[in-house]
Parts: sequence; structure tokens; C-alpha cells
Amino acid sequence: MTHTTCSVLIVGAGPGGYAAAIRAGQLGLETIVVESAQSGGTCLNIGCIPSKALIHAADVYASVVRSASDNGELGIHSENPRIDLATTMAWKDGIVRRLSTGVDHLLAKAGVQRIQGWARFLDGKTVAVDTSDPDAPRTIRANHVILANGSRPVELDDLPFGERVISSTEALVLTAVPERLVVVGGGYIGLELGTAFSKFGAEVTLVEASEQLLPSFDAEIVRPVARRAELLGISVLTGTVVTGMAASGAAVNIKAGDGSTAELPADRVLVTAGRAPLLEDWGLEELDLKRNDSFVRIDERCRTSMSGVFAVGDLTGEPMLAHRAIAQGRLAAEVIAGKRRAWDKVSVPAVVFTDPEIVSVGMNPEQAREAGIDTLEGRFPYTASGRALSMADTDGFVRAVARADDHLVVGLQGVGAGIAELSAPFALALEMGARLEDLADTIHAHPTRSEALHEAAMHALGMALHL
Amino acid sequence: MAIFEFRMPDVGEGIAEAELVEWLVAVGDAVQVDEPVAEVMTDKATIELPSLVAGKVSWLGGSPGDRIAIGAPLIRFQVDGPGTVTSESTPPELAPEPASAPPELAPEPATPAPSIGDSTLHKGARASSDAPVVPVPASAGSSHPVGRPIASPAVRRRALESGIDLRLVRGTGPVGRIGHVDLDRCIDCGAPAAGISTVANTAVTDVRVIGLRRMIAERMSLAKAHIPHITYVEEVDVTEVERLRQSLNNRHSVEQPKLTLLPFLVCALVRAIAEHPELNAHFDDDAGVVHQYGGVHVGIATQTLKGLVVPVLRHAEARDIWSCAEEIKRLADVAKEGKLDRGDLSGSTITITSLGALGGLITTPIINYPEVAVIGVNKMQIRPVWDGNNFIPRNMMNLSSGFDHRIIDGWNAASFVRRIKALLEQPASMFIEGA
Repeated sequence: MTHTTCSVLIVGAGPGGYAAAIRAGQLGLETIVVESAQSGGTCLNIGCIPSKALIHAADVYASVVRSASDNGELGIHSENPRIDLATTMAWKDGIVRRLSTGVDHLLAKAGVQRIQGWARFLDGKTVAVDTSDPDAPRTIRANHVILANGSRPVELDDLPFGERVISSTEALVLTAVPERLVVVGGGYIGLELGTAFSKFGAEVTLVEASEQLLPSFDAEIVRPVARRAELLGISVLTGTVVTGMAASGAAVNIKAGDGSTAELPADRVLVTAGRAPLLEDWGLEELDLKRNDSFVRIDERCRTSMSGVFAVGDLTGEPMLAHRAIAQGRLAAEVIAGKRRAWDKVSVPAVVFTDPEIVSVGMNPEQAREAGIDTLEGRFPYTASGRALSMADTDGFVRAVARADDHLVVGLQGVGAGIAELSAPFALALEMGARLEDLADTIHAHPTRSEALHEAAMHALGMALHL
Repeated sequence: MAIFEFRMPDVGEGIAEAELVEWLVAVGDAVQVDEPVAEVMTDKATIELPSLVAGKVSWLGGSPGDRIAIGAPLIRFQVDGPGTVTSESTPPELAPEPASAPPELAPEPATPAPSIGDSTLHKGARASSDAPVVPVPASAGSSHPVGRPIASPAVRRRALESGIDLRLVRGTGPVGRIGHVDLDRCIDCGAPAAGISTVANTAVTDVRVIGLRRMIAERMSLAKAHIPHITYVEEVDVTEVERLRQSLNNRHSVEQPKLTLLPFLVCALVRAIAEHPELNAHFDDDAGVVHQYGGVHVGIATQTLKGLVVPVLRHAEARDIWSCAEEIKRLADVAKEGKLDRGDLSGSTITITSLGALGGLITTPIINYPEVAVIGVNKMQIRPVWDGNNFIPRNMMNLSSGFDHRIIDGWNAASFVRRIKALLEQPASMFIEGA
């Protein structure tokens, strides 16, 4: 077969692409998705999922090491724990394989045709497919196109990727723990992976150009994470930039804010300087789409500037998060099927799997003030939580931000062990238009970490019980 | 010598393709910068595309009438300077396809994506291309919770689907939160809720659209979606034809069917079509061809218990008035019994619709797709008519007729209806050759 046609053509089977494909298939649209790698995209193969697996393994290992070193305050003793990273990686690969196969199964179940290959646009309705599958079509013409090409790690001019200088993709397949790891970029990817490798036993140095780790979060939220990093022995250099590899090839040159320079020995240099939309090699230039900076510009229905061409996911801007892409993919498919849909989300929750974890939904106090809102704020620290004490981890807190006049909740943030799971009640509260009273008057089960949400709302209302 | 490939530019109306209307150059022509090379048409305007380079035309990508996707190769030039392609390979041949969206999809009303093309492309625009400037709402990705109506996702979705702007709905919940109850009030009253005092009936009865009703719904949607209708209403003095009809009925024998007005209208239609064959036709808009038929097969819209059906009086041009009357009666009887077969229901080339005594003053009938004309018969009534000296009572009737305005101009429609009017007003002329 050389040419085929379909109603909906999706380029990329990452979270945005596969969600769009499944939904389009469910809606009875003849749908083809073209993917060059395994299904699941960055998230499933080289992002969220494998990194969470490694972070979990690192946490388990760290607690075992701790019980060996301090003779176990919980009364648990272990001796000579060691990490076999190759086995950890094999376990992680099994998880990835299982999920990726699961996506393929879901696509098939929805009646979606999946083509293994690389799609390149010839014009706004036609792609050529570079594929090794003899049965796959070489060109596809579609009535509607959804671009879900995704993103790639940013490469620094001064630190080109290679044997020693790696991106998150390579960090997730290392089979030996590097002795000295320099992480360039103190955003969430760098901090998550840096912390995991520190727990595996690497000597980690984190270099961040701005004055704070996790610059996209406020200082109050980041503080417990920075403190824990210090306790773990991670060396954090803020206000510092990496200027390149040292002449020896075994160290990086750094330059601090005061102009002083130094060399940092490194067996591996993990560059996590952010991600950029994947704009090359798929024929974007044939489409001449309008842009927002480097991102493809879309409207509230995920439509690009060209009729019949939609875009979802990392290609379309920040925040580059899988759950945003999934929501967009679903929306685009429904719009194509003629349903009236528009992006009307109050928030896209953000979670960071650092130690401790961070969750943020809606506006933080500073953002609310910048938006001209007179705010009420409430906080509940985990030091006052029975559940946190009983889990031997009392770092962190939950914070509620509401409008002072009518108590409408405009933001919920938290930092603490396992707090990513609170993204669900946080996001639900914002989407439902909850007032502080709604949170305060909902019974939260005791003893749980989620009680902190309840108490933070009551604190904002001036009636905290446990503070 | 290098090759410069000029691709179909985004002409800035959020379109995916444009129709090539005319080549203004031929292969071998030397072209200067800014010289128009082709005329393309979008649904808003005809636009002349100026050349971006000076060179010699080496290849043209299509023939007039082709729809060319934005970004597809349009024309190639041999240029002295650097080109855009190294070898003059022909682009991949793709089967041309109708550009319409698949029928199972109901695209949203076209709010043009706000994309403004290179302004030079608009220089040659002949028709108005002032696309409305649409404010860009928050794109699907960014969000800002302040200043928006407060409502749960389920309420927001329901409002969107019901076409209700939540900003206009008064929320009665805490914080002015809009709940389903507020939306109910809004939907019941067809207006944003504000100070409503009566108790609303919130009952909803779901009736499944199946069988004949579903088919009618599909056919009507198809016709309305595809055909830009023009409706033309004319008043006909039927006093004379009524007199003739009654006199014939008074003398009619047992074998002869009783005459209604319909066979007279059919006879008039056949005579008028002889002079206006373009009205007795099917428009195959996918192929871009109008099939004009010699035979006049008149669809007669007939109400049955289950709904509207359109049995076909075949070859009206070969029947006299009695034969027409006989066949119309047979079709009506079979239709009422619900026993019409496929043959009775297909192949009409023009349709008559009449609500009989209900008739109304004016109707806007929908064309029986893919025909190009439908003749609607309105109620007959005595009206005062000024004869130059006095008002005299005359038996008057309106014909409300619909035409496919893509094929039938207003002038043709008017001439056709006026011819029918003339024949009905002078019924003898219907039966005299050359009259």
C-alpha cells in the first residue's frame, strides 16, 4: 500500500497523541496515529514513569541505608545494603514496557490504526511516512490533523551531549551509579534525578543559574526541599553557571555570581536545562503555522492557524505536562467530532517528585497579590500532623490561598511526603469553585496527611483546631 | 540554473486549501517579481498571487478548478539566484479528493482562526476579505482563575453545549457560584436568568429520532446544509383554472378520476420546463455537474401518518391531464396505506409541495436534494383584486418556490414561476401547442 486516507491523523503517540487517538476512535472517527518510537511518548518511556520508578527505588534504598547507619530509630536494623542499579533499571524497563504495550492495546481497542514510522508533512493535509513496515502506507491524507510531536531536552552550546554529558534520557538508563554527578539546572527534572542519584550513593552537585532551586515555585514551598537536599549531602550551587567542560574532559568549569570560577570534577554531567518543543524534521516549515515564541500557537479549541490542523501537548507551550496534553488531546478529538468544547480549565496542577514532594494548583500568594486579589492565607505544618509523625516524616506544610472578600479558593499548594496525591482534591476544589468553608466543613479522615488541607482552610478562616 | 518552488501561501483566512481559478502565466514564460502568476479563490475572495522571484516558469502544479492545499507546490521557476530545490523532481502524485469535511462531522461554525497572511497577498483581493477580527481567548493551555464565572466543570460543559454564556448567568450559590439549578432556569427561559418569578417546568421528554423521521431529518439537513436556497413567491389568479376544473369534474365519467388543482399545476410545470430545462435537473456538487433531464419526474410531497414522503409521478411530459390525475391519486392512496415501493419514491427531478387547505400565505420549501427547484403551493382564497376600475373578488393562490441559487439565478427563477403563473391564469394555453 502506498497511499491511504483517514478522517483524523495524529502525529505522535505520547500522552497528547494517544489520548486524542483513543477519543477520536471512540467517537467513530477513522483515526491513524504515526509514532516512530514506543507508544507513550516522553512521559511513559523517558520521563515521568521511569523517573518515578527510579525515585521510588532510591527512596526505598535510602531508608534501608539509614536504618543501617543510625541503628534504626524505628527498631529496624539492616547490614551492608547495596544497590544493583542494573537490576533496578531492568525492573523499571519492565514497567515501561508494560505501560507502553497497554497504550497499544487501548489504541487497538478504540479502533485506531497505529503506524510505526516518522511522519513528515507535505502540506496541511498530507504526510509522507518513513517506515520500515512494508504494509504501512507511504503517504496519508487526512481531513483533520492533530500535531502531538512533543518536546526534547534542551542541549547547551557549551555542553554538547556526548559520553560524559547526558540528558535525562540517558540518566534513566545508566546501569552504574556515577561516583560524581554534576547536574546542570535546578529545575524539577534536575532536582528529582539529582536527589535519586544522591540516594543511590552518587556525590551530587547541583548547579543552578538563578538564586533559588526550582525557580518556578515560591521560596516558602521550596525551602523544605532545599533543606532536605542539604541533609542528603547534595551540594547546591545557586547563582552559578556552567561555562563548559574543563580541558581535562573530566570536570566542568563553573562561574559564580561574584565572577569567581572553579572546576567541578564530574564522572557524568546531567544537563537538565529544560525542554524545547520538537520543531525539526517533520515538515513544520510546510505548514507555516503561527507561533507563540517557539511554540505552535493554538486557540481555546486546540486549533492552529491552519484550518483542520490541531496541536496538543508540549508543542503548544508551558506547562509541558502529560496531564495537560491528555486533556488537550481529548478536547481536540471531541472538537473534530463536532462537539462544542473549549479549554476552560481553572488550573493545571503541577507536582514535583522531589524529597519531599511538591504540589501546586492555582495561584500562590504572590501571584494572587499580583493579580490584585486581597487574600486570606492558611497554613498547616506537618509537624502538627499525627499521621506525619507516625510516618517519621514531618517536613512540609499545606497552604490555602483564598479571596478575602468571598473566601473563594484561588490556590492550594503543599510540600511534604507523598503530597503529590493531594493534587486531586486541590484541583477539584479549584475546578468546583470551592470556598474555604467548603474545605473546612468537609470531614477529612483522621489520621491522614490530607487533614492538612482541612486545617489550612480552617487556619485561613481563623479557626484552626490543631495549631 | 536553480529552481525556485513557490508554494500555495496561507492566504490568511484560516483555510486549508484554495481553488486555482486561472493561471496567469504558462510554462516557459519569463516572470518578473510581483507579477501576478495565478488567481486563486477562497470562500471569501479571489486573490491574485504575485511572484516572489524573477525567473522562467518551468512547472505548473495543477489545472484551473483544482483545490490546492496550503503549502503544496504551486509553481516552479528557473531562477538565476539560489533556488529552493536542487533537482526538478515532480512532487508526489496524490489522488485529488473532494475537499469537503466528512458528512458524519458537524464542524463548528467557522470562526476563522486569527491568522493574517502576508499583506501583499491581499492586494489583488476583489471581494471583501475583511475577515472579522476575532479576539483570541485564552489558548488551551494557559489558565487564569480570576474574573471568570465560578461553576463546576459539569456546569461549564453543559452551558457550552447549550450555547449559554456563563458570564450572563446569575449564580445563586455561594460566591455567586453557578449551579445546575441556575442553568436550568436559563435554559427554560431561553434567556439568562435574572429575576424570574414563575415556576419553571423543567420536564424533558426524549423522543428518539428513528425510521422515517430520521431519514427526513437527514435529507432535510443534507439539503439545507448543501444548498443555498432562494425563495420566490408569486401570486396566481386561479379563478379561470378553477372554473375549468369544476366544469370538467361536473361532466366527468365514472372511469375518469376527479380532478384536483394538482394535475393542472403539473401540466403547467411541464410546459414551463420545456422553456426552462435548467429547472428540471440534479446538481451533483461533488462532481461539479448539473444533469438536466428530458423526462419530467415530479416528486409530490405527501403527508402520511408517519411523516412526509415524496412519491414520484414519472414522465409527466408524456401524460395528459387525466393520466396525471390518475397517477397522482394512485400514489396518494398507496402512500396513505404506507405501501409505496422504492420505484415510487425515487428518481424525481423536480418537486411540488402543498399543504392543501392549510397552505398558509407563504412557505419557504426545502429543495429535494439533489434537485434544483421545489414548487410550494399555498392556500387558495378569495381576495379583492383591482381590475383598473373596481375591486373584484378573484380566487387567488400563492406559489412559494425554492431554488438552488448556485445553479439558478433569481432571474431564471422569476421567469420560470411567471411562466407557470401565465399558464395557470390562461388555462387554455396549456393545451394549445405554441401558445
